Amino acid sequence: MLKFIIRRVLQAVLALFVLSVLLFAWLRSLPGGVVSALLGERGTPETAAQLRAQLGLDDPIFVQYWRFLQRAIQGDFGVSNGVYRGEPALDVFIQRFPATLELSIFAIALALLLAIPLGYIAARRRGGPLDTGSVIFSLVGVAVPVFFLAYVLKYIFAVKLGWLPPSGRQTVGINATHITNMYVLDGLITREWDAAWDAFKHLILPTIALASIPFAIIFRITRAAVIDVMDEDYVRTARAKGLHSRTIRVRHVMRNALIPVVTIVGLQIGALLAGAVLTEKVFVFQGIGQALAIGFELRDYPVLQVLIMMAALIYIIVNLLVDIAYAVIDPRVRTT
Amino acid sequence: MTIRKMAAIAGTAALALVLTSCAESDRDEPDTGAEDTAGEDAGDGADSTDDGGDDGAQAASDATFIFGAAGAPTVFDPFYASDGETFRVTRQIYQNLIGVEPGGTDFVPELATEWTSEDGLVWDFTIQEGVTFHDGTELNAQAVCDNFERWADQNEAGMSPSGAYYYGNDFGWGEDSLYGGCEATEDYTAQVTVTRVTGKFPSVLSQSSYAIQSPTAMEEFNANDIALEGEAFVFPEYGREHPTGTGPFKFEGYDNAAGTVTLVRNDDFWGEQAGVGTLVFKIIADENARRQELEAGTIHGYDLPNPIDWQALEDAGNQVLIRDPFNVLYLALNPVADPQLEDPLVRQALYHALNRDQLVTSQLPAGASVATQFMPDTVSGWNADIAAYEYDVEKAKDLLEQAGKSDLTIELWYPSEVTRPYMPDPQRIYDAVKADWEAAGITVETVTKPWAGGYIDDTQASRAPAFFLGWTGDLNSADNFLCAFFCGDDNQFGTSAYDFHADLQEQIAAADAEPDEAARTALYEELNANIMSPEWLPGLPLSHSPPALVVAANVQGMVASPLTAEDFSTVTITE
Amino acid sequence: MSEPNLTDTERAGQRTSTRHGLGARKKARIDSLAEAGALSEEEGVSLWRSAWRRLRRDPVFLVGLGITTVFVIIAIIAPWITPHDPSARLLIDQVTPATPIPEPQPGFPLGGDNAGRDLLSRLIAGSRQTLIVGVLATLGGLLGGMILGTIAGGIGGAADTAVMRVVDVMLSIPSLLMAFSIAALFASPSQWTVILAIAIIQVPIFARLLRGSMMAQRHSDHVLAARALGVRRPAIVFRHMLPNSIGPVIVQGTLVLAVSIIDAAALSFLGLGNPNDAIPEWGQMLGKAQVFFNTYPHIAVYPALCIIVVALGFTLMGESLREALDPKSRR
Repeated sequence: MLKFIIRRVLQAVLALFVLSVLLFAWLRSLPGGVVSALLGERGTPETAAQLRAQLGLDDPIFVQYWRFLQRAIQGDFGVSNGVYRGEPALDVFIQRFPATLELSIFAIALALLLAIPLGYIAARRRGGPLDTGSVIFSLVGVAVPVFFLAYVLKYIFAVKLGWLPPSGRQTVGINATHITNMYVLDGLITREWDAAWDAFKHLILPTIALASIPFAIIFRITRAAVIDVMDEDYVRTARAKGLHSRTIRVRHVMRNALIPVVTIVGLQIGALLAGAVLTEKVFVFQGIGQALAIGFELRDYPVLQVLIMMAALIYIIVNLLVDIAYAVIDPRVRTT
Repeated sequence: MTIRKMAAIAGTAALALVLTSCAESDRDEPDTGAEDTAGEDAGDGADSTDDGGDDGAQAASDATFIFGAAGAPTVFDPFYASDGETFRVTRQIYQNLIGVEPGGTDFVPELATEWTSEDGLVWDFTIQEGVTFHDGTELNAQAVCDNFERWADQNEAGMSPSGAYYYGNDFGWGEDSLYGGCEATEDYTAQVTVTRVTGKFPSVLSQSSYAIQSPTAMEEFNANDIALEGEAFVFPEYGREHPTGTGPFKFEGYDNAAGTVTLVRNDDFWGEQAGVGTLVFKIIADENARRQELEAGTIHGYDLPNPIDWQALEDAGNQVLIRDPFNVLYLALNPVADPQLEDPLVRQALYHALNRDQLVTSQLPAGASVATQFMPDTVSGWNADIAAYEYDVEKAKDLLEQAGKSDLTIELWYPSEVTRPYMPDPQRIYDAVKADWEAAGITVETVTKPWAGGYIDDTQASRAPAFFLGWTGDLNSADNFLCAFFCGDDNQFGTSAYDFHADLQEQIAAADAEPDEAARTALYEELNANIMSPEWLPGLPLSHSPPALVVAANVQGMVASPLTAEDFSTVTITE
Repeated sequence: MSEPNLTDTERAGQRTSTRHGLGARKKARIDSLAEAGALSEEEGVSLWRSAWRRLRRDPVFLVGLGITTVFVIIAIIAPWITPHDPSARLLIDQVTPATPIPEPQPGFPLGGDNAGRDLLSRLIAGSRQTLIVGVLATLGGLLGGMILGTIAGGIGGAADTAVMRVVDVMLSIPSLLMAFSIAALFASPSQWTVILAIAIIQVPIFARLLRGSMMAQRHSDHVLAARALGVRRPAIVFRHMLPNSIGPVIVQGTLVLAVSIIDAAALSFLGLGNPNDAIPEWGQMLGKAQVFFNTYPHIAVYPALCIIVVALGFTLMGESLREALDPKSRR
């Protein structure tokens, strides 16, 4: 087990290094650049050249990468020149990541809460109208572009009905204390119930929109897994032994059916991030998805580097954790 | 030689609602009263909100006014900024020696009550007495000179275009610097010397970058320590956390994660107290979201509503305040990128082929107008005698035939992923031009690039034969427009490929160096006529379009400014 | 939304337990499909026959087939059935900033767009461009995947290891994020950059599919027989192995087509799509309609509905095909 973890960690470090090289090269090969983003129509060829020279953008790319690496080893990942000018890029990530994390947790939780029971019920009534209906529903969920769903939700519940706030994370002037920058959690910790409730209301619509991505997949995985497991010999054996059907369901069916679900939740982190870029844009939700979009528009290389590297790191860590969790649920894995 | 003298009404008159230009303007051409023009064109347009209560009685409100901004400010020291999002905030915190009348572009006294010069080189500024900065420091001539000295004393990062952009443009450093020196000759008289006569000085001092800041606070928090770290500029503590001015609002804090800048009323303000207790700028990057927040009542107003939303916003009871256009949109032609354009007949043909009236009515907001030259009519130097190149497809075809280019093929560039105040929807404007040109038998090849993703780079580097760009004026100065377009040998119009290039450069410099205002205005009028003559015509000015801002029904006292320099201290809210 | 193609009959529990690492699920899903091609020619024929028997009675499949057939027919005949030229600014005189969208009127049942062009004509013409984007992106992905998959599955050995390592890394990156990155790379965005970006993210899926299918066929009777007869290796690969992989490829292609159409819309929404809308495409129409969502929602809703219906059609068809062709689900 330990050897397995060490091997995976080493692989992850290597992957991150390769990614940092590719990322660096990619960002600098993007057309345009920070100079035209900073100056716009005010730039002239001279000022652009002066600024490029000052920022060291004329040097060969490997020289630039070497400089970046030297600083990065000391924990200095550069300073933002677009999203939050003058602020260390890592701080931009630290400020904004909790927002995306909070949104993702809510979205995954909502998806699990709906998809697992529905998947289980669909599997038990396989072939029935409920099953067909929910399968088609999940496929419709796949076919609706997430940003369109987000706009529709916002239009109906925020603009037309006015039940929920249209954008942002918290109402201005609510005077909330921020500790973790996960606003709902902050409100609960500090017992500022109104702040927590306000932040929660801001989360509802983005959560529903974002949850549509993992929902369809979790539903279908659960359904397929339950169908498979119910046919397995050990379930039949258990049934033959006369075990209580509730015991079978909990101990045998659900436990084994959850294995693929755990894996897919881990793998959905990447898809969630892509969805967060779209959802946060619609709801002007100040998370890393929004920072990525703004950073990209303003060619904020340091921030883009940090955000993407950290996202990759989290993705890798989550996958590692999933594998470990997997080993815990399924004893067969440990032997390999 | 008549030296421009400014002696104007001091005090609070400047802060009241002055809708007609007053005092020092002695331009020759009739004052067109741009407010009226806009009012007529816009139909129901108004440039200020109803002045609900009377001005004096409102100061006590502790209400919070929340305004939706489109982007994050760079830094709160305007000297190191060049973007409107920053200036919108800093203008509430700081004041300048010379101000701009509310709702107009004329210069009025602000922290200086008077400025005079005998020779255009040595200028005496009389400083307003009884003014203190937010940290309690007193404003006097020495404090003003400390600001001038601070501007001139910049490190390498400060001298970068991404540092003190405006100072670099207007004054510069080293031997060629326009700045000569500053001396506090009396307690409240600062004597500023410039090294050459220019029409820009002292009116440049009205620009947001030249806000007068507290010398004590700047010293304490190292205001000049801007630094280059890796690939970005790091601003000193002063500009990030301790901006200290004399304005009606004090800086409270900036929460980047939540996207809010908070200012509070300066109770010791020397002029009229601000009408709201707290002023919050909420950064909402998405245009749709800004509008929805206004509808939901979570903000009280926002800048640059999309023209397609104006009507619906007004129908919903909001007030759309239309600014007088102070910009120009043009179609630049660059003979360096495409030698076919060296022939003036081709350039004329391209202009005559354009149906600009239709472009303006279908794609630009109410109050927009067809441009006859490279500056709006509110700038002194605008020439009323220049006639628009009329829309005439047959004439365009004839001209092309004369030039031997009946089968002309041209590359037309437009930017994606951007809206500018002068260009609300680049693609639609491109559509219109393309359709017009094709009607004249011209083959149009399309190139489109993202604004910061190659468009600016390539158009500035003379790689685009025909492209859309524009300019929003910083102040009422013809040089601010013309020099931005045509100065230098590698300007975006590639004029060095024309034989009139030397004349053009000479005339721009001569007009700027003319100390007499009337004579200078005449020179600019002549220059504009030359630029628009069939022989020159380096580019095709298209339109001037008015940007707007919108506030909710319960907001009073907001005056739209053509320079987007709105003063939020006059704003009040009724619940 | 970029990962819809999961089979219901996956037995991930067992299969992934032996394969760890990123993208394990994605791989397992593809491998399961690949096995459908691992049958002898006779078995293959009977598989198709029995699949067709099942599909004929499957309402889900029939609905999907109906939608896609109508869509493809409209796309093909689009130039002849649009009431107006979709790029002519016919209603431009009615376009003003206060009324940017011409209303429905005689001859223009859905009204116009903000350039005065007929909306119905643009929707009809858009079907063709949407189909082209979907098909070309899928074919591009298939071509790339075929090259890599053939190298890996046909040659084997070190080439196999090297190619599959690359493919696995590509599979581990969230596909939509990769599409954003690739699309952003081009100096001048166009319809082609969108197609290319979406095609590239499909390459690893097809590569793994084809490789798996070929690996499974290596020891099958017909390949062994051909080898015994002295047929050269390339001939075996191209004449026997590739044709036998066509089933899984069709299924995957159907699903990828739906995803391509949705991804193209997402790229447009983020401003990475084709900025020139002279030739309409639904994803682009939807992406560009953002500013009208409050005031003129129909400008966004029509293309969105078209995308949803068509993507659903392809997905329904693909999923039922997959289930029918999966040897496991036939027991």
